[in-house]
Amino acid sequence: MNAETSRPLLDVRDLRVTTSNGHPILHDVSFDVEAGSIVALVGESGSGKTVAARAAMRLLPKAITPVSGKILFEGNDVLKMTGSEIRKVRGAEIGMVFQEPMVSLNPAMTIGAQLVEGLRLHEKLSVEAARARASEMLERVKIPNPEACLAAFPHQFSGGMRQRIMLASVMLLRPKLLIADEPTTALDTLTQREVMEVMVDLTRTFGTSVLLITHNLGLVAQYAKKVFVLERGRLIESGPVEEVLHRPKEQYTRTLIDALPKRDHGRVPPAEAAPLIEARGVEVTFSGAGNMFSTAEKKLAVRGVSLGVRPGEVVAVVGGSGSGKTTLGRAMLGLLPLSGGDILFRGRPMASADRAAARDYRLQCQLVFQDPYSSLDPRQKIAEIVGEPLIHGPKLSGREKAERVSDILGEVGLAGLGDRYPHALSGGQRQRVAIARAVIRNPAFVVADEPVSALDMTIQKQVLDLFRKLQENHGFACLFISHDLGAVSRVADRIVVMQQGLIVEEGSVGQILDHPQHPYTQALLEATPTLGLAA
Amino acid sequence: MIRQPANLLIGSALLIFIGGMALLALFWTPYEPAAIKLVAKLKPPSAQFWLGTDEFGRDVVSRLMTGAVQSMTVAILTVAFAITVGTITGLIAGYTRGLVDRILMVFSDALLAFPGTLLALGLMVISGPNKYGIILALGIAYSPSVLRVVRASVLSAREREYVEASRVIGNSEFATMFRHVLPNCTAPIVVLATSMFGWVVLAESGLSFLGLGVPPPAPTWGNMLSAARTYIEKAPWLGLAPGICISMTLLGINLLGDALRDRFDPRMEQR
Repeated sequence: MNAETSRPLLDVRDLRVTTSNGHPILHDVSFDVEAGSIVALVGESGSGKTVAARAAMRLLPKAITPVSGKILFEGNDVLKMTGSEIRKVRGAEIGMVFQEPMVSLNPAMTIGAQLVEGLRLHEKLSVEAARARASEMLERVKIPNPEACLAAFPHQFSGGMRQRIMLASVMLLRPKLLIADEPTTALDTLTQREVMEVMVDLTRTFGTSVLLITHNLGLVAQYAKKVFVLERGRLIESGPVEEVLHRPKEQYTRTLIDALPKRDHGRVPPAEAAPLIEARGVEVTFSGAGNMFSTAEKKLAVRGVSLGVRPGEVVAVVGGSGSGKTTLGRAMLGLLPLSGGDILFRGRPMASADRAAARDYRLQCQLVFQDPYSSLDPRQKIAEIVGEPLIHGPKLSGREKAERVSDILGEVGLAGLGDRYPHALSGGQRQRVAIARAVIRNPAFVVADEPVSALDMTIQKQVLDLFRKLQENHGFACLFISHDLGAVSRVADRIVVMQQGLIVEEGSVGQILDHPQHPYTQALLEATPTLGLAA
Repeated sequence: MIRQPANLLIGSALLIFIGGMALLALFWTPYEPAAIKLVAKLKPPSAQFWLGTDEFGRDVVSRLMTGAVQSMTVAILTVAFAITVGTITGLIAGYTRGLVDRILMVFSDALLAFPGTLLALGLMVISGPNKYGIILALGIAYSPSVLRVVRASVLSAREREYVEASRVIGNSEFATMFRHVLPNCTAPIVVLATSMFGWVVLAESGLSFLGLGVPPPAPTWGNMLSAARTYIEKAPWLGLAPGICISMTLLGINLLGDALRDRFDPRMEQR
């Protein structure tokens, strides 16, 4: 770094932002991004980090307004620019990549049309020249066959590819600053790494500065130079990454660092026993979208998987998106028709089970969903949601039911919140509700389908700890599905790695994490963010 | 935009007024609504006849009050019929998909292909002009639109994870459908029901206008309106009175509908 005191590219000074009814969101926050560097803005959801970044492009919703402070971009105050001035800055000077690649591309336009649109808006180019530039940029973000990609629609690409296309469309204009708002939160570990690598590579080539907004300190450690930590709208700590992460001054920063996955050796694996539930050569086929006139293309999502879970054992199924891990979980709960193989519950094959056995199996097995926002009925109160499973199973009086509900709510740390509606709870609290609903009937087997991947790192840790505590108290067997080897190492006894519908490796947590055999497992491990610092 | 409480207040005030008028008419009206008094025909509003008299010298206020009873019963029963039939079929179609869905949709599309009033007209010819004929005819004519709306919201609601969660808990398909899918489709149903109330009052007026509604001398707002047409220049109060009543009812029901929809949705509570 040179000692020259050149002015930073983006310089935010004492920015105070409030909602229209005076509720403060940011309290005099200052941060700066130097030309050519990667700077991270870190905090949990609700800390105001997205608001701070959006203010820099004046993309705040109407109800939120900056009341004082300056946002200097190359010395000009963004807050004082006129409409046409700010439009010249947006896109051309400051680009932005959003969190949700699934919704940030227009589904009704081809990729080519969307890329060319932005380019021709800011630069006078013929359509052909613009297309050539677009195709070249797609190649840079490692999209195979860029020409074909230009003619394709967004739904034909995976999340990681869409995020790279999004990146290409932003970088086409060679902005001086790229704001990346949680660019990889919605992606699995491997794809996350791909996208980050491409982004860092590309911005380095073009000399673009990056303002990386994230809750994941692993990413910060790996890629950023400088970090600003926000807590509830206040800047509480800032400095070079090595310093902040290794010698944090504030308690809050320490909490964030502690939330990073660490190995735990506390679990005693359950005794050898006959498996409680067992998948034998399970195959699941999805028929694609067919209609009356064409036969649908069939896709094997799970291709002959055998897996047993012993009573009280936690087995983690790990793999990238599309590896069939979620499908396997649903199949083991009997929620999907099998096209081959069978599920054995307490040694009895379920394909030929009588009604009573099938009912017992259904009631003994529960599921925790990935997305706590859509898995709770918005019209039910928390106590109703948690108590609903009690309708089935042994008859209870109203008082006994209410007691059970308040017991379990207390156990998951939601005591007294029973008469709220789901929308009044945070993501982490909602996931606790979903977990309470799954365990209230003391099930023998629980499938947890990515239960923490929609949550912040700090919340992830709390929910994982809760899950582990409940598992120890209630002793249910569990299939824990995740793309994140870090999260898994906290709760699992055994890890199964899946790729393209097949189990490629399985073993104890120690074996998999310390001596991975299969190249896919090794790649997954390598992509898991830890506190190892950027070179 | 009218604010929430005002919505509820104005809406219910209007409906209480109209409903009170109808209730009162069951026991008392200023004059016998069917009493013909030719000497007092086409009198303008006065202290004796508050809203004047019609071409047979019948008191407009009395007829309006009795007409309110007729119009309200027809509208309420028709909406109830169309909503019930439409919701049940829509729920079944949207939730089960497949063959049942296709058959129900073919029927509803066929019915939708006719203009509602024309279809009701055809059905009225079969049933003959009486109150229950109108209810049945309009109910059948309007239920396909309910089916469409309900099916569409069921289609989106059934894909939500809480529906699968309900199955995992051990709820039957039937329980899932009524406990988790239907309650999340109520907002569009309430909105549709309130606007349909308006359509029905109008359609009933239209049918009466064509002479196929509730047969005279029983007064309804519709046949009062149609009878007033001839005297629109000589006696404008004849048309204005039922017209204003219809408008007030529609306004009241729409305001109340909006307020109720927001009230029933827990997510709207804090706004």
